[in-house]
Amino acid sequence: MAAIHIEGLRKTYDGGKVEALRGLSLHIDSGELFGLIGPDGAGKTSLLRILATLLLPEAGSARIGEWDAVNDYTLIRRNVGYMPGRFSLYQDLTVRENLAFFASVFKTRIEDNYELIRDIFVQLEPFQDRRAGALSGGMKQKLALSCALIHRPKVLLLDEPTTGVDAVSRREFWDMLHHIRRQGITVVVSTPYMNEANRCDRVALMQDGQLLAVDTPAGVVAGFRQPLWALGSARLYPLLLALRRHPQTGSVHPFGENLHLMLKPGERPDLAPILAELSEQGFTDLSAQRIEPEIEDCFMALMAGGPAAAPGAHFTHLPTA
Amino acid sequence: METIQKAIEVKGLTKRFGAFTAVRAISFDVAQGEIFGFLGANGAGKTTAMRMLCGLLTPSGGQATVAGFDVYRQPDDIKRHIGYMSQRFSLYEDLTPLENIFFYGGIYGLDRPALKRKADALIAKLQLEKEAHTAVRSLPLGWRQKLSFSVALLHEPAIVFLDEPTGGVDPITRRQFWEMIYETAEAGATVFVTTHYMDEAEYCQRLSIMVDGEIRALGTPQEIKAELEQDSIDGVFQVLARGTSTR
Repeated sequence: MAAIHIEGLRKTYDGGKVEALRGLSLHIDSGELFGLIGPDGAGKTSLLRILATLLLPEAGSARIGEWDAVNDYTLIRRNVGYMPGRFSLYQDLTVRENLAFFASVFKTRIEDNYELIRDIFVQLEPFQDRRAGALSGGMKQKLALSCALIHRPKVLLLDEPTTGVDAVSRREFWDMLHHIRRQGITVVVSTPYMNEANRCDRVALMQDGQLLAVDTPAGVVAGFRQPLWALGSARLYPLLLALRRHPQTGSVHPFGENLHLMLKPGERPDLAPILAELSEQGFTDLSAQRIEPEIEDCFMALMAGGPAAAPGAHFTHLPTA
Repeated sequence: METIQKAIEVKGLTKRFGAFTAVRAISFDVAQGEIFGFLGANGAGKTTAMRMLCGLLTPSGGQATVAGFDVYRQPDDIKRHIGYMSQRFSLYEDLTPLENIFFYGGIYGLDRPALKRKADALIAKLQLEKEAHTAVRSLPLGWRQKLSFSVALLHEPAIVFLDEPTGGVDPITRRQFWEMIYETAEAGATVFVTTHYMDEAEYCQRLSIMVDGEIRALGTPQEIKAELEQDSIDGVFQVLARGTSTR
């Protein structure tokens, strides 16, 4: 097992114009299922590629166990499994051939570690002789995961394995990751779906190459101290516009079938006067309830007020500003 | 309800590829100005159905009209009267926002002065003044997707098809994108949208959920949740797509 230690990691592209990682420090414990949660452009892929020794950092360091990501790359490659965001297996080899190829590259045999991938690979067995390029999306994903695990790595890195995948298959994929973690493998996985944070032991919320928060999912939610309400009405969009105009509104966002409302800092946490005003404006079917925030509420609050608001602020014209 | 003009009318629409039936006799209507969510698991037949509705694929059976045009006989009229934006590619990444607007406007035959006015208004609305002359590639994804949506609306189509428009977009920009959808629908256009974000399914006025080539649920989010006794569309989706409950 191996812990991951990252210190002051920097990476830029386009001759310094795009800052992918802005001096990022992070510790991931051995055996954790750790989530990098953030939208496109947050720096998740750059971080994972540096850990996979496929990209050189410009400053700072990354260590997996005792190995340095720059100097000990051969050792790291032997002990890390990496599943890139884009399907990267050999499309014209069959399922079996791909798996055998990856096993041979790592000087192992499919039989030696079959136990580890059995639950995943068993679903692929009916298609063993099919070319990888002709598999469905879900099957490709299972094959890629099997190939990343066939050498029984100490650390598994997965770059957005659930992007573009339907909600049911996403849930199944997370079940597989839990199964892998129970085998003692440290799992680092990135995702743009905020609600998947809840499937991780700990998460880093990332935005613009920086960390907004690093904590357990429950800890992230506990850090959200402002009172939050869910408001419902049959006329949700007009309600959103009305609340946005209200002087006491701090932020208001659509959230599934409701709006989530936060008052300005310092406002008394009493919604009754605002509800009465809205009722006078014709919103007679209002429902309102104090709620616990979700990870996405926390992420948006951190985006608006956290470190990301400084340099990249013009990328997020906040609706309430 | 009979008096409401239909933007899309589909009856028994079917598509077979050899022995495989990708879309199996689906039927639904979408009213003009409605936000209609088209949900389904990967491989359920959504993309095939959408391609038929966009006039890109001839059905094997059934009927469908889009913006009043027949999918068999008038696919080119359909293409002229719809807008389309896909998950990943809709803009030319090497071109600037302005160049993209002029390129697509030209394809749709908009005249130069009108296009110039629209381009200026659009750049101002999206607050892209500073980036109007830099390649689209270097814009954040959320901005690209908003621009892409606006470009799909340039020729003022009656219906706009959005195929997973918000995948990977940050949560605030994702919500701004949905406000653009609301504005578009309020202005009278019909929005036909697919998504894997289940909270976004709740923003739609009506939904359909496809499983194995068939539509298994159709109605408002409230109706569908009540029918399947679930408190969220995510719950509905889990039940329909795998026959498993979430709890």
